[in-house]
Amino acid sequence: MITIDNVSKWYGAFQVLDGCTTGVQKGDVVVVCGPSGSGKSTLIKCVNGLEPFQQGDITVDGIPVGSPGTDLPKLRSRVGMVFQHFELFPHLSITQNLALAQVKVLKRTRDEAVERGLKLLDRVGLAAQREKFPGQLSGGQQQRVAIARALSMDPICMLFDEPTSALDPEMINEVLDVMVQLASDGMTMMVVTHEMGFARKVAHRVIFMDHGRIVEDATKDDFFGKPHSERAQQFLAKILQH
Amino acid sequence: MFLQDAPEGGVQYWELLVSGLGWTLAVSACAWVIALLLGSAIGTLRTTHRAWVTRVGNAWVELFRNIPLLVQMFLWYFVAPEFVPALKSWVIAADPAHAQFLSAVLCLGLFTSARIAEQVRAGIQSLPQGQRLAGMALGLREPQVYRYVLLPMAFRIIIPPLTSETMNLIKNSSIALTIGLAELTFRAREIGEYTFHFFEAFSAATLIYVAIAMAANRVMALVERRTAVPGYIAHGAK
Ligand SMILES: Nc1ncnc2c1ncn2[C@@H]1O[C@H](COP(=O)(O)OP(=O)(O)OP(=O)(O)O)[C@@H](O)[C@H]1O
Ligand SMILES: [Mg+2]
Repeated sequence: MITIDNVSKWYGAFQVLDGCTTGVQKGDVVVVCGPSGSGKSTLIKCVNGLEPFQQGDITVDGIPVGSPGTDLPKLRSRVGMVFQHFELFPHLSITQNLALAQVKVLKRTRDEAVERGLKLLDRVGLAAQREKFPGQLSGGQQQRVAIARALSMDPICMLFDEPTSALDPEMINEVLDVMVQLASDGMTMMVVTHEMGFARKVAHRVIFMDHGRIVEDATKDDFFGKPHSERAQQFLAKILQH
Repeated sequence: MFLQDAPEGGVQYWELLVSGLGWTLAVSACAWVIALLLGSAIGTLRTTHRAWVTRVGNAWVELFRNIPLLVQMFLWYFVAPEFVPALKSWVIAADPAHAQFLSAVLCLGLFTSARIAEQVRAGIQSLPQGQRLAGMALGLREPQVYRYVLLPMAFRIIIPPLTSETMNLIKNSSIALTIGLAELTFRAREIGEYTFHFFEAFSAATLIYVAIAMAANRVMALVERRTAVPGYIAHGAK
């Protein structure tokens, strides 16, 4: 579904990504972790072309992301993305947030879009909040709406960039539950997160990044079980202390 | 004294003030439309990360912000027609009031557009970067991201500075008297010169300016209330 082949990226002279090679099979859940500044967000933004990269190739569903002929907006409309800070549109009601891109991008009618949006809102347990505005919801609720908004585009895969790290601890689980549900429904997912409980439960593979490099790319059992790179071990030891 | 007949035109002094008010409102309204449209376009373009567009936008803003308004007024009225033959022949043939009006509208519209462009740019840039990314990630194209995601919030945020820009524009329109446009200040001075009652004439003009400014303020406050986003706390103090 997603292939990442020898991708490098620089911000000026600073190299953020260094020869990253990996991929996500259809139906797989891949967790990406690593210390702050290691390039996780940058890598995941390269997948749907939100960040350009200078070297290597990325394809999504066979479509080359980096090639100038690719219709990136069209590709992005098929790839769901969830951000650390939710990024709902504050001036639109929850229903409008869910409907906007369906109407403007997929050219669904307003009624179809609202119906589809409400169905997904129900799925994340927030049907009662449909008339509210993002500023009137808690962080956890906003993030669930953001997931529903991404799903409303009927994406072929989902990207998550630290979806729970801006949340108060008591709200983390309500979002993780939605993601676990999504994973068990067979959604292809690439998830940047430090929630190792989530990784243990649903990940097929875990990728560990450091200094722009993919240091470790292992099955879940190998990652948590067998010995691996020292850097990843230290990192794991540190975050599992919590 | 406002009920006395003016020496020319068979009208009373108060009618001169009303006609001055008419020109003031007409110039301000037309200039405001130009300023808002152009300012929004240029302010928006300056945030699109295209090097040459940004440079043109910067040049625009610097040009109109750094030349004194009075000089700009003279440039539009006296100098610009010299460079455009068609315009010059029109100016000579047309009613002088029309040429004065056009010059004043262009001058004030472009001057204010530079200031509004700055505010629109600042409004867009005050939004979290993630908003743009979220719009793009949903598959919206760049113009759609601006139209549906960024500008609606940016404009809400900049209503207070837009209000003071609107008031400035109305007050700045009095500079059009220097090219002979018979707007409110022009008429007040005229009445003062005819009657030697400068105090009364300018007091009346002042009151009228204050009334217009207050009305504009009220309208903007209404717009702000109507477009307020539930649950959203604006960044700056209000
Ligand atoms: N626009 C930019 N210009 C220059 N450097 C940048 C830019 N964006 C990110 N970087 C740098 O690139 C590196 C990787 O950033 P990235 O956001 O991908 O890290 P991350 O692994 O997601 O970290 P975090 O866990 O803090 O989110 C960091 O050192 C960051 O400072
Ligand atoms: Mg990050």
